Order: sequence, then C-alpha cells, then structure tokens
Amino acid sequence: MSAKLLSVSELHKRYAVPVLEGVNFDVAPGQVHALVGANGAGKTTLCRIICGLTPHDAGNMQIEGIAYHPESVVDAEGHGVRIVMQEPHLIDTLSIGENLFFSELPKRRGVIDFDRLYDQSRRALESIGLQGLDPKQNVGSLGIGQRQLIEIARVLIHPCRILILDEPTAALTDPQIDLLFKKIEELKAQGTGIIYVSHRISEFKRIADDITVLKNGQSVSTSRVADLNADEIVRLMAGDLEQGQQQAILSDISSAIRVRNLSDSLLNNVNLDIHYGEILGLAGLIGSGRTELLRAIFGADRIDDGHLMLEDCDDQLIFESPQEGIRHGIGLIPEDRSRQGLLQDRSITSNMSLASMQNFRQALGWIDKEMEQTSVEAYRQKLEINCTGISQSVSELSGGNQQKVIISRWLMKDCKVLLFDEPTRGIDIQTREAIYRLLYDLAAQGKAIVIVSSEIQELTTICDRIAVLSNGQLTADFQRDEWSAEKIMAASFSAYTDDAAA
Amino acid sequence: MPQPDEKVPLTQRTGIFRGEYFGLLGALLALILFFSVQSEYFFSVLTFTTLANQIPSLTVIAVGMTFVLIIAGIDLSVGSVMALSGSVLGLALLDMNAPLWFAGILCLMTGLACGAFNGLVVTRWSVPSFIVTLGMLEIARGGAYLVTGSQTKYIGSTVESVSAPLPGINLSPALFVAIATVVLGQLLLSRTVFGRRMIAVGTNEEAVHLSGVNVSRIKLMVFSLAGLLAGLGGLFQVGYLQSADPNAGIGLELSAIAAVVVGGTSLSGGKGSVVNTLLGVLIIAVLQTGLAQIGATEPMKRVITGLVIIAAVILDVYRNRSGGIGSYFKRFFKS
Repeated sequence: MSAKLLSVSELHKRYAVPVLEGVNFDVAPGQVHALVGANGAGKTTLCRIICGLTPHDAGNMQIEGIAYHPESVVDAEGHGVRIVMQEPHLIDTLSIGENLFFSELPKRRGVIDFDRLYDQSRRALESIGLQGLDPKQNVGSLGIGQRQLIEIARVLIHPCRILILDEPTAALTDPQIDLLFKKIEELKAQGTGIIYVSHRISEFKRIADDITVLKNGQSVSTSRVADLNADEIVRLMAGDLEQGQQQAILSDISSAIRVRNLSDSLLNNVNLDIHYGEILGLAGLIGSGRTELLRAIFGADRIDDGHLMLEDCDDQLIFESPQEGIRHGIGLIPEDRSRQGLLQDRSITSNMSLASMQNFRQALGWIDKEMEQTSVEAYRQKLEINCTGISQSVSELSGGNQQKVIISRWLMKDCKVLLFDEPTRGIDIQTREAIYRLLYDLAAQGKAIVIVSSEIQELTTICDRIAVLSNGQLTADFQRDEWSAEKIMAASFSAYTDDAAA
Repeated sequence: MPQPDEKVPLTQRTGIFRGEYFGLLGALLALILFFSVQSEYFFSVLTFTTLANQIPSLTVIAVGMTFVLIIAGIDLSVGSVMALSGSVLGLALLDMNAPLWFAGILCLMTGLACGAFNGLVVTRWSVPSFIVTLGMLEIARGGAYLVTGSQTKYIGSTVESVSAPLPGINLSPALFVAIATVVLGQLLLSRTVFGRRMIAVGTNEEAVHLSGVNVSRIKLMVFSLAGLLAGLGGLFQVGYLQSADPNAGIGLELSAIAAVVVGGTSLSGGKGSVVNTLLGVLIIAVLQTGLAQIGATEPMKRVITGLVIIAAVILDVYRNRSGGIGSYFKRFFKS
C-alpha cells in the first residue's frame, strides 16, 4: 500500500454506552476504503468523528502523518475532509444553482449575480454527469436520486482530499449509480481518498479497494476487497453468538394473523404467520421495511396490495386506520417513543389510559376517575414503573419507565397481538431485563408478540422465531434451533447483495 | 405556585379549584384594589354590574376559543360568526315574526353551522385552521351584511329579556348563562373523556391517532362547539344592543384570544383551563373600565392593555418553568 492519507488508530467514543471501542484503519490516496457493519456497529459515529461533527474520546487520527483532531465541520473542511450525508440537506424551494452555491452565492453590487451562478452551476452539474438538468429548476421538483447526486455535486464544488460517502447509493437508480461510480473513479485518479459506507456488498467489488469490517464498535478486519467474498464479509460482521436461554415452546400455538402478499412502496410481497403464545422477532437492516411491516399490519400506513387473515377466519382484511387494527386486538408500541407514543408533560394516568378511555366512560362521557386510577395503579405495580405516583408527568420518567407506561397502555386495552418496534432502544440493562421478562409472561399468557430489533443478540435471546426482512422482502424465517447470527446477517443482506434487487 | 406534585391525589390537582387559579385571581384582585384606590367611583355596585352585563358575550366566545387553542388550532372567525348569527336572529324576529325561542335556536344553529364548516375543512383537507377560519371571517362578515342589507336593524324590547338586568339583582340572564357555560366547559375539559382527548390531541396528535382515537372527530366537534358558542355570543350581543348590527364583533377574535392567553392557555396546544379564561376576560375588562375611570385616554388604554397581555404571557413562561414564578424571583434573592 502506498503512503497513508488518513490514518485512524484506536478510536474510542462513548455516549451513554460505548459506541466505538478501538477502530483502526488507513485510507491511501486514490483509494476507496469501504466500511461495512451491522446496525449499531458504529459506522455513522465514525463518519461523524472524522468529519468534525462529533468529538472522539480517545485515539488518534492523522492526515499525511500530521495529527488531525477536527473541532468542527469547518475545521475538518479546512483540512480537506468532506462528507456526503445519507439524507440530502437541500432547500426544496430554491433552485438547483442556489442550492449548489448556497453558502457563497456570487454577488455583484450586493445582489446575486444569477448569470455567473447558473454558469458555475452548469459546470458543477456537468462534472457529475447531470448536464441535462437546468440549474434554474427548483430542487423540490426533483426525484430523491437526483437530489442525492446534487448533494454530492454540492460537496465536490470544493477541493477535497478525503471524501466520506454515507450510503450514497441507497436512493439511486442503476444509471445514477453508474454516474456516481464514474465520478468516484475520477476522484481516485486525482488522488482523493474515499471512505465508502454501505451495506450493499455487491458494490464493493466494483468500486472499493480496501474494506474494513466493524463489529460492536471495533474494526475486526481490514483487507483488500479482492481477497474477500460476500460470505466471508457477512461472517466477519456476525461473529459468534451466545445462545440465549431456551424458551419452553407452548404446545398450543395457534394462528393469530396471517399476512399475505403484503406490498407497499417499500414492502414487496411479504408473507408471514404470527402465532399466539409465540415471540416472533423481525430482523433486518434499518430501512429494510421492518417498521413499515408493523405499521401496515396495525393499519397506520396504506398498503398497495395483499391482505391479512385473522385467527381461523379466512376473511381477507386490510386495516385502513389504527382504529381498525385496535378493534381487532392489535397494539403497536412505536419506534419513536416521544414523537409517536408519549403525551409529554401529561400524567402517567393520562398516558396509560389514552387508548382505553371507553372503559372508564360513564353517563354523559364522564370519566370514572376512581376506576381509572385503580386500573393505572394496578399496572404501575405490575410493571414496576418507578415514579413518585401515577399523577407524575411522564416527561420526568426514565426512558425505560416511559416505555413501560406505553406498554401498559396496550395491556390495559387487552390487546391480543402486540407489535413492538425497537422496544429497548435507549433503555438501561436492568429495565431491559424487566421488559424481556414481561414479554415472556405475555407470550405465556397466550398473546402474540412481534418484536423489531436492530440487535440480533436481543432477538436470539428472547424470540421463539425470527423472520428476516431485506430490502422490503421477507428473506428468511428461522425457528429457534435453526438460526445463527451469521445466517440472520446473511439473510439481512441478501436482497441487497443480489445485483438484480431493485 | 404549587410544586409539581409529590403525592397529591389526582382529584385534587385537576379539581376546579386548582392552585394555579390563584395567580390570576390575585392579579385580578390587585387590579381592583389599585383602581379602587385611584378612583373614588370605581369600587361601586354600579361599576361591577355594568361590567358583569358587558362580558357575557366575550366570555362564552372565549370558552370556545379555549377549546380550539387546546387542540392546537385557532379560530379567527368567531367575531364575524357572532355578527352573522346575530343578524340571522334579527332577520327571524323582524322579517319572519318568529318567536324569540325559535329565532334564538336559529341564531345558535347559524353559529354551529359556521363552526362545523370550519371543522370539516380543517379535518377533511388538512388545511391549517388559521387559513380556514380566516376565510370564514370574511364569509360570515359578508353573510351578515347580506342578511341585514348592511344596516343595523333595531329590534327593541323583543330581545331585551336576554341581556337586560333582572329587576332586583341588576344582573342579566345572559351573565348566568355565561357563568354556567364556564362551569360546564371546565367540567367538560377536566372530567370527561372528550376533554381528556382534546388535551391529548393538542399534546401529541400522532400518538393519539396511533392509540386508535378518531382525531378528526374531536377536531370537528371542537370547531363546531366554538361556532355554537359564537352564536350564543351573538344572541347576547343582540340582546345587549337591542339591535342586530352586521358590524358587531370586529376584532373580537383577538380580544378572545387575548383573554384566553392571559388565562394561561398555551397557543401550542395541550394545556388550558376554562376558569382561567374567565379570569382572563375579567382582568381585561376590569383593566379597561378602570383605566377609563382614572381618566386614561382611549389610545393609552390600548397601549396598556397590550402591555398587560404580553406581560401575562411572559409570566406564564416562568410559571411553567421549574416550579413557577416563585422560584424565578427566588433567584434574585439568592445571588
């Protein structure tokens, strides 16, 4: 390998929990270095540190042998380090040209020199192969792929020595990917070092020179792309797995929901059986359609095709609103607790009884407060919610206790099917254990439990069955004795690995 | 201000006489005391009965506005809707010779219909309520001019009974209806399923939707209720003036919003109290009457009223922060 352009050694970072625990890799000039890892492996944090968005706790970075510790994005840009984020940060109501040169619009006598602006913009668009676009067009009218390319063009207006691309192809069509790769070849020829983050393993062979695999915040391997095949990459990401405690499988597992041919803008012909008395895990990468599947079953999102069948009944149903899903005994514990679940600043009581107000309704819509409080207090004790009393505001509770309040909301409603989207995100270990115990109990009582989680370890510990989504498709359905972290990981990547995948 | 709860039973906290009323009540009493000292005429039965007979119309409209603000909406049309409802009342009494009870129902239904229209457009097409009710502000005003032929219609003693002081107590039936509306409104808000859901919608609409509550229905009902109460305000107003004036209630929506906000209801939704709104109405009414009596000119009255509204909202910000305004002032003494 030639001289190092960027060298990262023993990088550490912790937020509440350690995120990076020793990352090492080097980027050589004119080379593309791929970074790959499962959800939560630390890819995004690593990118943020390199481009100056987040400080690191320990470790060293060097650019051409000189210590590099960016204090801000501006500082990093001064060193020639630039990043293209996964989500384009463009202003919809402005033209392409105005977006491209937003921070340094050419001016003449105090007003914008539009002739010069659009002239420069045309050149910038050409450089990335978008010469067909009119720089006067509003960004809002563009497709997501074009916007992504414009974001890339915007970053590349400035000279850069190190370019970070975070999932650049997630929104691109095949011809657009070809344009991007052509640009990357150009940059390589100019000696730019590129860090390429992606979970599309198939792309690495085309574009990358080196690859570093991250696992649990550590770089577990760096090698030449040519020396690894897709299976080996997956094996490196997955690693070994401690087998979780064996669950007693209930003898009387009966069908709760049969999902048939479900399709929407992301999901592609999903078939899945959900059983009473069983904890079903849904694994997959972020953006693979896990949340969308739960929401579609619950009735929160419109689906394009397919249907559900409940229990033994063969009626083909589609729930058009959460009300319908709830009426059929389904509850959803959403991913984003504060945005989709909690009534901030309101009492535990108000939060918990939100879905079950009917139970406490007397004549004239009067609330039977005594009955409500008795019921809320019972769940507070049952789930051991830590608070000063049920009139305490939920905003003052810890994340774990907030989650218990939301779970109680659905237990109070007596739902038969509970869909959990990332139920333990941001929750401390002890509360996690408590939530796991609760899930076992609920399954033992005969409820159907579905859990989406980004942590494979979590799923293999608590689930009876694990289904895997990849790029909107259901790619695997494992029983407890069939799975391994490697198989789950391989299934998560499978619909992205095939080049045919849309 | 009470600390945000140790182990106070819930019933005490959400009861009608919750501690947070005392701040506003104190401000009201302080104003009354101030004007009584400043003007020898202020503290008299006449002042208070005059005040009491002026406020019913604004009070009931402000109650409706409280609900709308709690669900994080706004209703700019209430003044115009009041005028239109009053005009319909006049039309029914004068041109149709309808009995008062029938004309009164027609008046209320007019308000209800306008409010329901607002609610339907807001929920069906997800148009911001600011825009929809701004449109209704124009529509209802135009409607009032059409109904009355752009002229104030003198009705006379037929409607007097609504807002005229009852002999002996010098207070009007309208005042009692307005007070009943405040009490019922507060009970609706703090004691019923509907009230709980209103607060929830204003706090986090997405969470309420995902909990299987029909958010559209709640919004529709709240806007309808605000319209109905604007119609009731129109009935009071016509009774008070003994005539149907198509120019009545211009700018009333802003007075109502001011009273509600002085009462501590949050413009961003999820928080509010009907009793506090009544206190807000009273504070502004006392302020204006008192200022007039101590000889403030009309322009000065408006400047001072404006300052009081802003001061009330600033105080509210501190009241909601870390245990109340008390702890804010404590900081001055500590450091």
